[in-house]
Amino acid sequence: MFEQSISTLAQKLRNKDISSVELTRLFLARIAKLDPQLNSYITVSEQRALEQAATADALIQNGKGTSLTGIPIAHKDLFCTEGTLTTCGSKMLNNFIPPYESTVTSRIQQAGAVMLGKTNMDEFAMGSSNENSFYGAVKNPWNLDMVPGGSSGGSAAAIAAGLAVAATGTDTGGSIRQPASFCGITGLKPTYGRVSRFGMIAYASSLDQGGPMAKSAEDCAHLMQAMAGFDEKDSTSADTPSEDYLANLNAPLTGLKIGLPKEYFGEGLDSQVADIIMAAVKEFEKLGATVKEISLPNLQLSIPSYYVIAPSEASSNLSRFDGVRFGHRCDDPKDLLDMYMRSRAEGFGTEVQKRIMVGTYALSEGYYDAYYLKAQKIRRLIKEDFVKALDEVDVIMGPVAPTTAFGLGSKTSDPVAMYLEDIYTLSVNLAGIPAMSVPAGFANGMPVGLQVMGNYFAEAKLLNVAHQYQQNTDWHLQTPTMAKGA
Amino acid sequence: MSIDKQDVQKIAHLARLALTEADADQYQHSLSSVLSLVEQMQSVDTDGVEPLSNPLEMTQRLREDIVTEENRRDAFLANAPQTEAGLFLVPKVID
Repeated sequence: MFEQSISTLAQKLRNKDISSVELTRLFLARIAKLDPQLNSYITVSEQRALEQAATADALIQNGKGTSLTGIPIAHKDLFCTEGTLTTCGSKMLNNFIPPYESTVTSRIQQAGAVMLGKTNMDEFAMGSSNENSFYGAVKNPWNLDMVPGGSSGGSAAAIAAGLAVAATGTDTGGSIRQPASFCGITGLKPTYGRVSRFGMIAYASSLDQGGPMAKSAEDCAHLMQAMAGFDEKDSTSADTPSEDYLANLNAPLTGLKIGLPKEYFGEGLDSQVADIIMAAVKEFEKLGATVKEISLPNLQLSIPSYYVIAPSEASSNLSRFDGVRFGHRCDDPKDLLDMYMRSRAEGFGTEVQKRIMVGTYALSEGYYDAYYLKAQKIRRLIKEDFVKALDEVDVIMGPVAPTTAFGLGSKTSDPVAMYLEDIYTLSVNLAGIPAMSVPAGFANGMPVGLQVMGNYFAEAKLLNVAHQYQQNTDWHLQTPTMAKGA
Repeated sequence: MSIDKQDVQKIAHLARLALTEADADQYQHSLSSVLSLVEQMQSVDTDGVEPLSNPLEMTQRLREDIVTEENRRDAFLANAPQTEAGLFLVPKVID
């Protein structure tokens, strides 16, 4: 039952083969049994889940609801959920009970989905391995010695292990796509502004974007139906109508023009990963697509540009954690300054403090032009590369990450080793375009994700491309051994 | 690009982060590494390139200047570390 798609489960719920309460209990039991090995949840909201399931059952009984009604899902612990602990993976927020609901979780709730709980993540979404969580590292269900990727590692691991049908994630520099790749699931980072940021705890506001994570592209499309769309509460929400993400899933790919950026296949890319990506591209050719080599010449510069812009915006966003209105406050502050300095030093972990300081430095007097402004100029060059390429091709394909999941603790000593892992994902956020990770094979027993990038607001196209691939392959249907133990 | 320990303490103060001597040593190393990594930007010619701050180049949307929020004082105070008489409590600011 835990391996079924949203469409199948929705049909079973309508047919009364199973009730949402039964389905929810099944997932809660799986979490209780298997999550101690993975640590993918920070909070399991059993009571809220069972109440929502009962409500969903009543709706279904009356012939109402959507395809998400009664489906048990999880939310990354970065989306504010009214009345349910929201930590953002940080000690700073270990007692924060939001007084309001994020737009994303609110819309998914209105569609009738059941929230099983809140998933683990790198603190304030800063990390590519989920080792930066105050609540402990998450393990990869395919190999418990490996990282699940980050920052949405809890969501990815939970889906892969069958501890949620689907989940939300957020992607500032790859945080949906890279864990999706490492855990063998499907994830979509939408166009910047497509999904509301209201109630998402901010990391880097000009890059942050929420999106769906699930077993398949079709399941992601079901979530997008509920999540996407204009929101007046988000000042950078895109004021363009959202599409029907399910309508064109079955459109044939005949004549699809695929671009392969040569910079994505250069030095540093694991040869087995490269082979798997090229095999996936061949599969698309069989489906009628044509392939041409393209160039994104400024790819290398996405690392320095991102690691100036994101920390700069973070240093500004995270100034709200001052120990006054919410969050951690130190004991016995001697004055206001002492309270700020010690509350923040105690509440934030090392990686968060590091990025706050990098950003503070980049924005400080005398350095602003050389760092922040320079990084924004390079950001335009990176965007222009994509605009030019997407004039010639419909989608761009390449790897999500240079390797499969790496070992826990293997990249924590060098302060920039992990940053270099983000080489294939950062530029998408800088440009603001949508991109997916689609399971495409295994190297040494670990999943490999194919990255599919598209033009602004081309989410429906990307989902169509991924769905057609998944109709002809079964990489997305593989289940790790540990998930079969319950 | 490397920075010294004094720079680290200055940045930490601007960021309102209390660092111990041992912390400062560690961050001196890690911040220097990050700054070296981003240094490669300086060799790129960006003359005449406009900085990009919003990927969609949207301008700020304006709204009517009317009250849209209800008063939820108690709900917002509920998360505060210390409150008194409906107010956030902080250490004494003025003697």
